[in-house]
Amino acid sequence: MTGMHKRDVYMRLICGTILLLLAVQISAAPNGRQLYVAHCSACHGDQGHGGVGVPLSLPSFLDSVDDRFLAVTIRQGRPGRVMPSFPRLSDAQIAAIVGYIRSWSDKPAPRYSPLPVKGDVKNGSLLYAKHCASCHGENGEGGTGTGVTFSRRRELPIIAPALNNSGFLAAASDEMIRQTLQLGRAGTPMGSFLEKGLGEQEIDDVISFVRSFAQDQDEGTKTVAANKDKIIRVASPYSLEETVENLKDAIVSQNFILIRTDLLEHGLVKEADENPKQVILHFCNFKFLFDALAVDPRVGMFLPCRVTVTETDAGVFVSAINPEYMSHLFNNAELDQYCKQMHDVYVTILEDATL
Amino acid sequence: MIARRLGLLVSAILLFLPLGSVADDIIMTRSTLPFPEAMLALQQSIGEHGYTVSRVQRIDIGLTGMGYKTDKYRIVFAGKIDEIRVMTEKSPQLAAYLPPKIAIFAEEGQTVLVTLNPELYAEIAGDAIDPVIFDRWTSDLRSIFDDVNTAN
Ligand code: HEC
Ligand code: HEC
Repeated sequence: MTGMHKRDVYMRLICGTILLLLAVQISAAPNGRQLYVAHCSACHGDQGHGGVGVPLSLPSFLDSVDDRFLAVTIRQGRPGRVMPSFPRLSDAQIAAIVGYIRSWSDKPAPRYSPLPVKGDVKNGSLLYAKHCASCHGENGEGGTGTGVTFSRRRELPIIAPALNNSGFLAAASDEMIRQTLQLGRAGTPMGSFLEKGLGEQEIDDVISFVRSFAQDQDEGTKTVAANKDKIIRVASPYSLEETVENLKDAIVSQNFILIRTDLLEHGLVKEADENPKQVILHFCNFKFLFDALAVDPRVGMFLPCRVTVTETDAGVFVSAINPEYMSHLFNNAELDQYCKQMHDVYVTILEDATL
Repeated sequence: MIARRLGLLVSAILLFLPLGSVADDIIMTRSTLPFPEAMLALQQSIGEHGYTVSRVQRIDIGLTGMGYKTDKYRIVFAGKIDEIRVMTEKSPQLAAYLPPKIAIFAEEGQTVLVTLNPELYAEIAGDAIDPVIFDRWTSDLRSIFDDVNTAN
């Protein structure tokens, strides 16, 4: 090979590689629509119309929030208010999702100054109590429930978000809040407070009051700690059969209805081959089920209630999932109370049956 | 020489490409299919992935009577007997979570699917079970959810 030839080969190699790299880069550019479908549409709807989460496609919403608000909301979520944080998405992926959400509007994104407004917190707190607390809660804790869940009629108004939430406060600039208060959010219960007669200074006072939530937001919105045991499990001194009978009694005495008893392997193998030493008791309390589903439709995943009895060489054990651990997975502070209640029911049933 | 540098360059660039997968505690998806079709697609895909549907539980009896907007809410239990046996044997605590289940419910004309990320089972099992099995469950679940999304 002559020197000329060699250089030619190298040049081709370099050009080829660059083309290849470009192709890899292009195919790797995050696709906002795909990411939205994978991470958001389950709650916010495939077209952003809302569902478990609030609508994102309303022009009045898109016109009043800047891209930073959207990006920070995705990154940090809304602790305790269902909206999860997305710590593992890259900045580029989040930007792509924001771009996709923007594609629902033909107006450019507003740009806001990060500077705080000058307002009187004290006057703001009076105005807040008068004009805002009925929907957003006395301490900014938000309305009961989130978004427009499947359990509520869709015609019902959207529930007011929590304003004392660390995720909201980190995402919103004062100017964004001002814009929201001045314009309102047409298509939602949130009206324009300029129209309702608040002056510009009064609006700034309210903003400063909302900002003051930042100091005490850690109370209240925190969900149950993640370091709970994932399972409640106790040894039973009785035989498997006796333990199952004891559990049936304990379930009924807790005002639950036994739905059915079957083997863990039921339906997975021929009946004759099912392991008889793994028994599941399914039970339910309809009032409880309705209430919990209304708070979060996803809890169906752990319904009906169940305890599992197993016998191995180590003895007979009764176990149940720990609802207090599950609580943290849902990021839904309102669910915590139900999970705590359910935890106590499980513990009582397990203890009663193995006494 | 140049080729080697290029090789290095390629690996360096590959290293900085954004990572695709995200591990969430709860895996959710919305299918634009109405409930009956989504349910059908779900059961079919579960079978195609080699799992057996062991039971479909209704938890919606009386829901509309209580003012709910939907009466379409089911829990689908599914698993592979060999895997379930390995798990309950090597990590008896896992029995409380098995067989794995998927919640499926109607939301307007569409359908939402929810399940626990099996990585949680891996945490419970600790060293007792090779985590590969849970990784496979997770990727199978995602693939099943994708099928329900794209089925038509
Ligand atoms: C598990 C359900 C769920 C998922 C998944 C989810 N969200 Fe949310 N999101 C919510 C809920 C509920 C709220 C309202 C919080 C409140 O009321 O305080 C919300 C609020 C928001 C807000 C603020 C809306 C407003 O009016 O200020 C934005 C923006 C948002 N979500 C974007 C997203 C994006 C983008 C994704 C995907 C990366 C996503 N969400 C994933 C449930 C969800
Ligand atoms: C009638 C009920 C109602 C009243 C009164 C009300 N809001 Fe709202 N507010 C809402 C709802 C509902 C939303 C969510 C709108 C949406 O989804 O875009 C909202 C949204 C907001 C937002 C944007 C939050 C976010 O996450 O994007 C801010 C800020 C806000 N309100 C502040 C206030 C303040 C301050 C007052 C009093 C001056 C007030 N609101 C009065 C119902 C109300």
